[in-house]
Parts: sequence; C-alpha cells; structure tokens
Amino acid sequence: MAGTTATERAGTSRGGGTLYRGDLGMWSWVAHRITGVLTFFFLFAHVLDTALVRVSPDAYDKVIETYKNPVVNLFEVGLVGAVLYHALNGIRVMLVDFWSKGPKYQRPMLWVILAIWVAVMIPGTYFMMVRTVTDLFGGS
Amino acid sequence: MSLTLDKPRSPRRPAARRSNLELYSWLFMRISGVALLVLVLGHLFIMNILDGGVHRINFGFVAGRWASPFWQFWDLSMLWLAQIHGGNGLRTVINDYARKDATRFWLKVLLYVSMVLIIALGSYVIFTFDPDITS
Repeated sequence: MAGTTATERAGTSRGGGTLYRGDLGMWSWVAHRITGVLTFFFLFAHVLDTALVRVSPDAYDKVIETYKNPVVNLFEVGLVGAVLYHALNGIRVMLVDFWSKGPKYQRPMLWVILAIWVAVMIPGTYFMMVRTVTDLFGGS
Repeated sequence: MSLTLDKPRSPRRPAARRSNLELYSWLFMRISGVALLVLVLGHLFIMNILDGGVHRINFGFVAGRWASPFWQFWDLSMLWLAQIHGGNGLRTVINDYARKDATRFWLKVLLYVSMVLIIALGSYVIFTFDPDITS
C-alpha cells in the first residue's frame, strides 16, 4: 500500500533487502519500463513516417495530414506524459545511484517528480489540446 | 598421496571470461539519459507546445528545419542515442521476461534488426534530405 514501508517477510529476501520489492519504488520501476517500451515503439513509427520526406513532399504531407485529428492529439498528450515521466524518473534513478543519500530519499523523490509531472502536464496538456478543442467546439 | 582439493565435488568452471559489458551498458544508460533529457524534452517542447504542434507540420516545415546544420545534428544525435538507449532497455526487458532461450534469441534478433533499420534509415534521410525533391 502506498505510503507504508515495505513489509519484510523473514527469509524471503537475501539480506532483508526490500528497498524496492512490492513498494512504491517497484511501481515506479514498472512504470519506467512501460513508458520506455511505449516510447521505443513510437520512435519506430515516427522515424518511418519522417522518412517519407525522402519519398516525396506529397507522401509526407498526406501522412502528416492523417495525424491532424483529435484522437492522435490525445495520443500525443499521452506520449509526452510517458516521456516526461520516464525523463523525471530517470533523474531520480540517477540520484538513487550516484547520490549518497539517494536510496534513503527514493520515496520522497518519487513524490517530487510526480508533483513536477502534474505541474508540467497541466499547462502542457492545455497548450497541446487548445487548437483541437477550439476546432471541435469553437464553432466559427 | 595426499591430494588437497578445495571443493572436490564442485563442477569445473570454465576460465573466467567476465566482461564489463553490463557495466558499460548501465553507464551508457545514465550518460545517454542525461543527453536525451535535453534533446528529447527540447524536441517535444518545440514540436508540441510552441505554436500548435502537428498542425503546422508539413514538408516545408521539415525542409526549413533541416536547412540548419544545428537541427540536423540535434536530430541525428537524438536518433542514435534514443535508439541505442531504448534498444538497450528493451534488451534488458527481453532478458528478464523471455523464458526460453530460443524466444530470447529471436526477440533480440528482431530488436537488433529494428534498431539497425531505424538508425540506418533515419541517418540516411537526414544526410540525403533534398528540399527540392519533386513529387
């Protein structure tokens, strides 16, 4: 459960090291993997679509045109959210690895990066969606 | 004859052939991660936030951008670092979850082929981009 210390079951781990297992730190690691894998697959598609500039301006413009719709816009917000989490948690991972007090503060650092994530995503989502939303509902 | 053997029953281990590959890959993830912080977050900010995102993207936009060696270098670095960083991450994920050796082998073949394909194609496109290409 979030906010509690990982409970140690006797004899289940070598040296009693349960810094991560079953705790928030583990879920941050799971999220780090998922966002990383998603970004890798996106990158695959993104390089292929950009490569169309080598085919013809028309081919490129046609594919980009299909991206200019509200659903893809939502995916973009999701992608930015995933990459931003991966980036912020990556900083946290490096602090855990290289800063002597990193392991001690891994949990508060998670709350800090989540707070930064929310603080960036609120205006970020606004600026990414404003065009789509006004096109959809703005009328004139 | 007294033959002193330390652990007579332990299987004979092959000569140590440890490599530091995993250490270097761990280090690479951190170093490339720092570079990608700037490259990718900068890219996302410029492309998605400044002026309205994908709506202004077209061939002309790309042409204008790659007219500058700065952005060519930016995109090329981002391509290589992101592919190797992401590929190395996926390699770890495959190592963790593939149960059979054959599954692990073929997933990694697929991964490495896709990395080579994307890095080669992306680099080719950046280096040979022609703004005057006729459709």
